[in-house]
Amino acid sequence: MIELAQFQLDQVQTAQLDKLLLKSFGEVPPKTLEAKPIRLAIVGSSTLSHLSSSIRVGALRRGIWIEIYQAPYGSYLFELTAQNSDLKAFLPDAILISLDAPYITKEVKSDWDLSDLSTNLDKTLSHLKQCWLHANSICGHVIQQTFLPVFPSVFGQNEHRLPGSKAGFLTTLNARIRHEADTGNIDLLTIDSLALEIGVPNLYSPLFWHTGKQEIKPTAAPIYGDFLGRLLAAKQGLSAKCLVLDLDNTLWGGVIGDDGIDNIALGLGSPDGEAHLGLQQYAAEMAGRGVLLAICSKNNEKTALAAFDEHPEMLLRREDISSFRINWRDKVENISQIAEELNIGLNSLVFVDDNPYERELVRKYLPMVSVPELPDEPALFAKTIADAGYFEGIHFSTEDRNRTNLYKADRQRARSKEALLDMTDYLQSLQMVMNYNYLDQRNRKRVVQLINKTNQFNLTTRRYNDNDISKIENSPDVFGLHFRLQDRFGDNGLISVVICRKNTPDTATIDTWLMSCRVANRKLEEAILDALVLEAKRQGIDTYIGEYHPTKANDVVENHYLRLGFDNLLKSENGSSQWQYKINRHTQKNSLITIAKS
Amino acid sequence: MTKTEIYEALTVIFRDLFMDDDIILKSDMSADDVDGWDSGANLNIIAAVEQRFQIKVRTMEIAQLMNVGDIAKMVESKL
Repeated sequence: MIELAQFQLDQVQTAQLDKLLLKSFGEVPPKTLEAKPIRLAIVGSSTLSHLSSSIRVGALRRGIWIEIYQAPYGSYLFELTAQNSDLKAFLPDAILISLDAPYITKEVKSDWDLSDLSTNLDKTLSHLKQCWLHANSICGHVIQQTFLPVFPSVFGQNEHRLPGSKAGFLTTLNARIRHEADTGNIDLLTIDSLALEIGVPNLYSPLFWHTGKQEIKPTAAPIYGDFLGRLLAAKQGLSAKCLVLDLDNTLWGGVIGDDGIDNIALGLGSPDGEAHLGLQQYAAEMAGRGVLLAICSKNNEKTALAAFDEHPEMLLRREDISSFRINWRDKVENISQIAEELNIGLNSLVFVDDNPYERELVRKYLPMVSVPELPDEPALFAKTIADAGYFEGIHFSTEDRNRTNLYKADRQRARSKEALLDMTDYLQSLQMVMNYNYLDQRNRKRVVQLINKTNQFNLTTRRYNDNDISKIENSPDVFGLHFRLQDRFGDNGLISVVICRKNTPDTATIDTWLMSCRVANRKLEEAILDALVLEAKRQGIDTYIGEYHPTKANDVVENHYLRLGFDNLLKSENGSSQWQYKINRHTQKNSLITIAKS
Repeated sequence: MTKTEIYEALTVIFRDLFMDDDIILKSDMSADDVDGWDSGANLNIIAAVEQRFQIKVRTMEIAQLMNVGDIAKMVESKL
């Protein structure tokens, strides 16, 4: 039930969940929650009772159990000041003061001059400060809600030049309240900023104001609850502390291992490059306010680090990153190690990756890590992360400014550690289907492209052009296969090419075997071997010979044939090796991918 | 959308809101007949109806909605 709070719920579902929670747990918080429960008193000038469910669920989403006291309608002044109010008897840990815009502007008159405005602003602020003093004498945490700009403008763009404008009054009041709250040690629930993000009509509807004096309309209650939940969680130190970033197609466009450092999309000049730079700028600003940055990427470490050291448009540099995990092991293991290395909880991590496969994997095995669902458009990455409110801050200190430096000390990683995670369940759930067929003209363009740009998962790195491939398609002694992979996230397209040359009628050498690194670690190699064996039987081949030729980028496949059960024939000093596979010894390797010849 | 379909959709809304799967809507059913149907719940119904049928309810209309039949009629007139 508590996990349900993690989902985006509408106002009806939120109310249902809240009712179930109250029924199951009553006033005793579930034991699984580690955060301190909060007794929250809400006082105001209009209807607020419809927000309770959403506030409880919004806080629970961040692991906080809330008990709410709702003061009677419009009774904030009495409840805060009376000797024996029910509010005081409730013994709150926090008090939320929520005053509506019509109420706070009820004195504003259209015939005011500037001095009337100034006097009345001072008067209103001193009234608020009085409330804060009273609230502070009841409990230590006072939250003032800022004022929702619900009024239509009467003077247009120069509204601020009209002293008697309610809209103008609210703008000034919201600005000044920020300053006053700081000196009074009051936290603000800035729904005026929220309105700026999502639009006033998404929070306020005159219909519900006039009918029920609800300034926050019922459908906006879940957003409101989430907004308050962030603040309460931040106050307890539960905000996220570390942004874990992927590299390829996240921090830059393209795949550095295949495209090369000079061809990744990053920086001013190309729209795609600027979009990815935008995420780097956001990350750099987050680092500036004390959020730690970590990198978790499937890549060749040397190649990827070169971008941090050498790429002229790279905004993030090595020293901005507190923990690097660049390797080919699964991200669950790597993210766990990042948390361990930085000595922070997994629930303090936000993982940002363009690849839905990786996001889902982390959600499944590390549910306490926050994983925003990124849109296809990299230009929206930063906003998507920001909107989710993982990194809500309360106070900013000089320690925050230097946090990255504090974490620099130890960056040693446990390189030899083997992957412990059994991903079989997850891979099974992907419903992978591999289609393969002979190379033909229709796929030639993509095949040639893959052959010429794949550097990492490439056993021999032999480059062929259109003409070469056309010959292979028509040669009786050579056969080439292309492989496509689909899963429940969609079609990954043509992701692997294998070319075999028959030396004798019953022996074939695997001249080329390459795969896109996007589909690494999915047991695809095993499925391809199964397909190759089927093909061997069809063609009367009884032995495959595999070769590995080392390059700067392909050490990830050095043991490719060993892992698949090939016998080693020879190893030369330059690192090349030759392997043999007897078809009659083969038993089916793959059980996770449905294989189909298309 | 037929009248029956409107009633079916309204039934889902009422059952969800009041968490009572036994609710069977009749046109003359009003706040007195449903446990928990107070003024706050009334606005929740309106909000849910607006969302479900993608319609806008006018302020003046709300006062005229006395029972389930009124709600259904209003929805029908706006579809």
